[in-house]
Amino acid sequence: MLLEARGVHKAYGHVQVLHGVDFEAEAGEVTALIGDNGAGKSTLVKILSGALAPDAGELGLHGRRVRLTSPEHARSLGVETVYQDLALAPELGPAENVFAGRELLRPGLLGRLGVLDKKTMRARAQEAFTSMGTDVKDLDAAVAALSGGQRQSVAICRAVMWAKDLVFLDEPTAALGVRQTGKVLELVRRVADSGVGVVLISHNMTEVLEVADTVQVLRLGRRVAKLPARGTTVADLVGAMTGALDTPVTDARDDDRTDDRAAR
Amino acid sequence: MSATTGGGAAAAGAPPPPAQTPRQDAGPGVPSSSRPAWRRALSSSPAYMAVVLLVLVALFSLLAPDTFPTAANGRNVLTDVAVLLVMAVGTTYVLVAGGFDLSQGSVLVFSGVAAAKTMEALGGQGAGTVLVGIAVGLLAGTAWGAVNGLVITKLGVPALITTLGSTGAALGAAQLLSNGTDVRTVPDALISVAVQRPLTLSWLVWVAALVALVGGLVLATTRYGRHTQLIGSNAESARRAGIAVDRHTASLYVLNGALAGLAGLMSLTRFATTTISGHTTDGLQVITGVVLGGTSLFGGAGTVIGTVIGMFIPGVLNNGFVVLNVQAFWQQVAVGVVLVVAVYVDQLKRRRRNAA
Repeated sequence: MLLEARGVHKAYGHVQVLHGVDFEAEAGEVTALIGDNGAGKSTLVKILSGALAPDAGELGLHGRRVRLTSPEHARSLGVETVYQDLALAPELGPAENVFAGRELLRPGLLGRLGVLDKKTMRARAQEAFTSMGTDVKDLDAAVAALSGGQRQSVAICRAVMWAKDLVFLDEPTAALGVRQTGKVLELVRRVADSGVGVVLISHNMTEVLEVADTVQVLRLGRRVAKLPARGTTVADLVGAMTGALDTPVTDARDDDRTDDRAAR
Repeated sequence: MSATTGGGAAAAGAPPPPAQTPRQDAGPGVPSSSRPAWRRALSSSPAYMAVVLLVLVALFSLLAPDTFPTAANGRNVLTDVAVLLVMAVGTTYVLVAGGFDLSQGSVLVFSGVAAAKTMEALGGQGAGTVLVGIAVGLLAGTAWGAVNGLVITKLGVPALITTLGSTGAALGAAQLLSNGTDVRTVPDALISVAVQRPLTLSWLVWVAALVALVGGLVLATTRYGRHTQLIGSNAESARRAGIAVDRHTASLYVLNGALAGLAGLMSLTRFATTTISGHTTDGLQVITGVVLGGTSLFGGAGTVIGTVIGMFIPGVLNNGFVVLNVQAFWQQVAVGVVLVVAVYVDQLKRRRRNAA
């Protein structure tokens, strides 16, 4: 198991957002995390990516217990997150963005003076963009001049380049048109096929069923279903999300109070 | 929506051939979409401004062929611009990082007064006194920069307000130190520097050229420069990328203060007096030149070569009007108009780019 969370609790003041959520993600798979607004998706992702500390519960990475202290800590363990706002620098180019904060320096004296190795960074960014099959071609253009899909591709490639193990993608297609959504989903699939675990947070159930291997559904701060994408229908997901379907299909719990590890 | 994403599903479902397909479509795409470097350079704001500058030089040379295009007059323009250019290099960094610094004129005055007062107290006309004075001047500027940087990053006061405050405070402090009258007791060793002209140009010009050269290289080619751009372009992104945004930002104001200190020493060398009341508009002149040179007021973009060009436009206008016996006040009107037009053109380009 690449990433494993057990009995994660989180409250903001008196509002209990997560009631003992379990979550798993495997290497080389796309794990979709869906749920209605307020189900606790973003809170869970913030906890899993180190941005927020849980009140209770355990996280495991590669089977070892970890306590993530910050997003930087998570990143040092090979876990990257692409936020919805992408966090790109619009005035700078795609290669500059990919290497933001991780600039390569020239060898020798120049490097010790802090001189950047622009050529290598550019070549490696180009390589990443092509091997991921993105349509980011103009490495000289500022990111502001790229299309929404290309920007999303830059952000995903940046995360994948540095993520050894796991990438969280927060609603990567929310702002995109149909064609660009298709491109980004292909990219997501390719990333997983390269052996990295992908957690895809999404609202769009059709899209989730297209690209994911496993779908995990949150409702009111509980994980109510963990379903294989194959053979699952949108109706199943809607049922799980809204609670209309209260007979869990697999591995879902009605009562989370018991932190039942026996189920595994 | 389900029908339309079907195409994506088919593509995603098929086992992807990662290596071949992309290379095929990258092949013809790359050469057509990447423009050569010289074309990008030509379409940039510094290039437009360089053309404006050349036109101005050509115009004044035509109108006053005997007085404007002469070596002596060229030296005048260079010396006039040198002091402001030193400050403008620092301000380029601050603006690229999305900050603002109005206080340089006052910090210049404060540093000059601090240096002059120290040298006066030490007495003597020799190099030792001058060296202590230089150290004090630089330190005084650096200290004001540190105050600006800390107030902006630690207390979170907006840069405009912080540096507006230190504009008043530094000038007031300088007048307290000097009792409001200019210090004229500048050691001979410093004054003699002002009249030397190694390789036909004054030391002031060489110092400014060195600052611009180093500043330009650091901004364009080093990690420090890149982080400056990243912070100005998207501070949150820089923070998430692990860049110590506050520390970096504070260091930029410190640098800017130190350069204002250096400018104070240069001004002291040139005029042999502290010229307390002569720098009230320096801060604005510097920002005008930097913005004329294509540095964005919104951060993220800017070059020192642009700043050099931008600083020379007001300098050449001023000199040209004097040579032509046009009232020098016209220079202020002209610079104001050029500034507004330049920023308007820049915004047009920006809007077109963002719409693309």
